[in-house]
Amino acid sequence: MADAAKTPPAKPAKAAPKKFMYVNRRAPYGTIYALESLEVVLIGAAFDQEVALAFIDDGVFQLTKGQDTKPLGVKNFSPTFRALGDYGVTKLYVEKESLQERGLTIADLQAVTYEDENDGFKEKPSIQVLTRAEMGAIMQKQDVLLNF
Amino acid sequence: MTMLHTINKSPFENNALSSALKHAQKGDAILLIEDGVYGALKGTTASGDIWARRVDLRFYVLSADLSARGLAKGQLIEGLNLIDYAGFVDLVTTHKSSQAWL
Repeated sequence: MADAAKTPPAKPAKAAPKKFMYVNRRAPYGTIYALESLEVVLIGAAFDQEVALAFIDDGVFQLTKGQDTKPLGVKNFSPTFRALGDYGVTKLYVEKESLQERGLTIADLQAVTYEDENDGFKEKPSIQVLTRAEMGAIMQKQDVLLNF
Repeated sequence: MTMLHTINKSPFENNALSSALKHAQKGDAILLIEDGVYGALKGTTASGDIWARRVDLRFYVLSADLSARGLAKGQLIEGLNLIDYAGFVDLVTTHKSSQAWL
């Protein structure tokens, strides 16, 4: 009994990182959703979780290139997407059908890249265009989904 | 590997229901809550979307939100399941993940 009492309690196992997906469905400046999503993404990444972003419906408008909010007097947060790679956020899934419905192609979006530390810091694209069916399937693989 | 999708907006206000239905996979559950319950009405321009998925998805409606809005079961698309808050909790616990479409 005495020996058993001396046995240190087992250390709690470190929780495995969860797969978080932030599903962006709104255009950038009409509401605060898009900016708030980006803030939450950065928080999630700081806690070493596996973070992916999905852009569907009007959410694809968040990634258009050449955004200039000076006349509007609000913060242009589109360059922040390009910084996500430094936070380990390297998966930006954009839905093909949502682009098509809005007359957009990948060429209308800004380039977002990251340096792959497992591959000689080679610069690789973060944006992947997925079909709606692929997007639905990838959602099923997540632990936590947050809609914005 | 199934997901619970909750929808809390009327299908006449935004595309949350429509988008959820386009991304839901076979066997998933769709729960209409708050203004989302208007999506459960039959004979609307939105009812066809639910009717088309009635075989491969399961549909639930939170009855408290129906009652609050003066909606009765007879007005709803056939085959939807009415549940209470305890039923809502059961759905959360019996699915791998949840996604709240806003």
